[in-house]
Amino acid sequence: MKGSAGRHGKWLAATLFVALMSMPAVAADYVDVPAGAFQSVLPTADTPLDVSVAALAMRSEPVTNAEFLAFISAHPEWRRDQVPRLFAESRYLEHWPTANSIDAGQARQPVVKVSWFAAQAFCESEQARLPTWHEWEYVAAADATRRDARADPAWRNRILGWYERTSGGDLAQIGGDANAYGVRDLHGLVWEWVDDFNALFISADNRNQGDPDLLKFCGAGALSMQDRDNYAVLMRIAMLSSLKGADVTGNLGFRCVRPATEKSQ
Amino acid sequence: MIRHAAWFGLLLCLGILANPAPALAAPSSGLPGDSVYQLDLPLLDQDGKAMAFASLRGRPRLITMFYSSCPYMCPLIIDTARMTERELDEAQRVKLAVLMVSFDTERDDPAALKALAEKRKIDTGRWTLARTDAGNVRKLAAILGIQYRQLDDGDFNHTSVLILLDAEGRVAARSEVMGKTDPAFVDAVRRVLADGATH
Repeated sequence: MKGSAGRHGKWLAATLFVALMSMPAVAADYVDVPAGAFQSVLPTADTPLDVSVAALAMRSEPVTNAEFLAFISAHPEWRRDQVPRLFAESRYLEHWPTANSIDAGQARQPVVKVSWFAAQAFCESEQARLPTWHEWEYVAAADATRRDARADPAWRNRILGWYERTSGGDLAQIGGDANAYGVRDLHGLVWEWVDDFNALFISADNRNQGDPDLLKFCGAGALSMQDRDNYAVLMRIAMLSSLKGADVTGNLGFRCVRPATEKSQ
Repeated sequence: MIRHAAWFGLLLCLGILANPAPALAAPSSGLPGDSVYQLDLPLLDQDGKAMAFASLRGRPRLITMFYSSCPYMCPLIIDTARMTERELDEAQRVKLAVLMVSFDTERDDPAALKALAEKRKIDTGRWTLARTDAGNVRKLAAILGIQYRQLDDGDFNHTSVLILLDAEGRVAARSEVMGKTDPAFVDAVRRVLADGATH
């Protein structure tokens, strides 16, 4: 019991210090995205292409290594040395120096090498979820001033330029230019998980015929997509549709969304 | 000591700041890391009985996903599971269970599942038709490597597959051959059933 007041003080200080340190992880910045309709490159069967998206709030930036570290500290079952293999393959978070630490230079980089299950769990821990493909595509159609810039060849070429760069080397930090909604880094930094990644097979209707193997090769079905000029978005779909929920890759991260019921804090 | 206190503060603080834990990784005693029963999945069967997915551990099982108003593929999935069972002798067959989980969270309530079970004369002693919520349908499909999406008319496009789980819930084999038996898959079922008997 001796010296308990002093210990108490240190305790408080430590708590306060950590509380301040972890503020960014807790108070993630979500920006409101109004409802709207747009033409998706991914047709839903033989119906018109207009896809409606309900109002939502989206994380303005991808989830960072520092934010993911705060998450696994609170939910150690998602540490790379504790997660069941069912939910994350062996390369999960392998770029971290240890299971519960990151290098200083990684703090503001987007977290990559995370599985779909881990991304879902992170979003659930802040009362959010992964965006659906259509939600992601809708917000990612914007440039700095227009909500749908996809018809502009200059915009398309800028995005394609990113895909042409070789991957490898260090990831940049989050904080690119905001688009018309105030959302950053949808293009040019990492690819992102979506909630319905396992809905993105291309074949229009396979209920009663066809080779089931076609499901696995989106290249084979790519010609049935509606906007063949939008290669950048098609590549995302091709990549996502080839993944399993426990897979990780070195350039695949995520962000979360919430229903836009109230102003996010 | 100071270091210790700081650590404690860190843990405490994270504990306070942390939101409710995501209900994904179920607590599990000695369950293999790659067992599908790691998924904390609430199910409701054709009799309206609630059960935890992990309670199905302990018996080899065929698992698949379907929906009851499905016009073409799903009747074929049931037929194919039956053909597979018919390849087994009676002693083996009684040890094999079957679980079919619906994609259709809107229409497939227990009554709809029950109606299908009766229409197809399904033995619900060994076979279970079940539903869960939409988020868990997505997770189960992700674990089983099943792709699906709902069409505007309410039907679903989906992978049609039979998956064999061993007693611990590890995927032992899968087959997308529908409408006839897949000899390699039947062999795998026999092997897993024989394996279970030796333990």
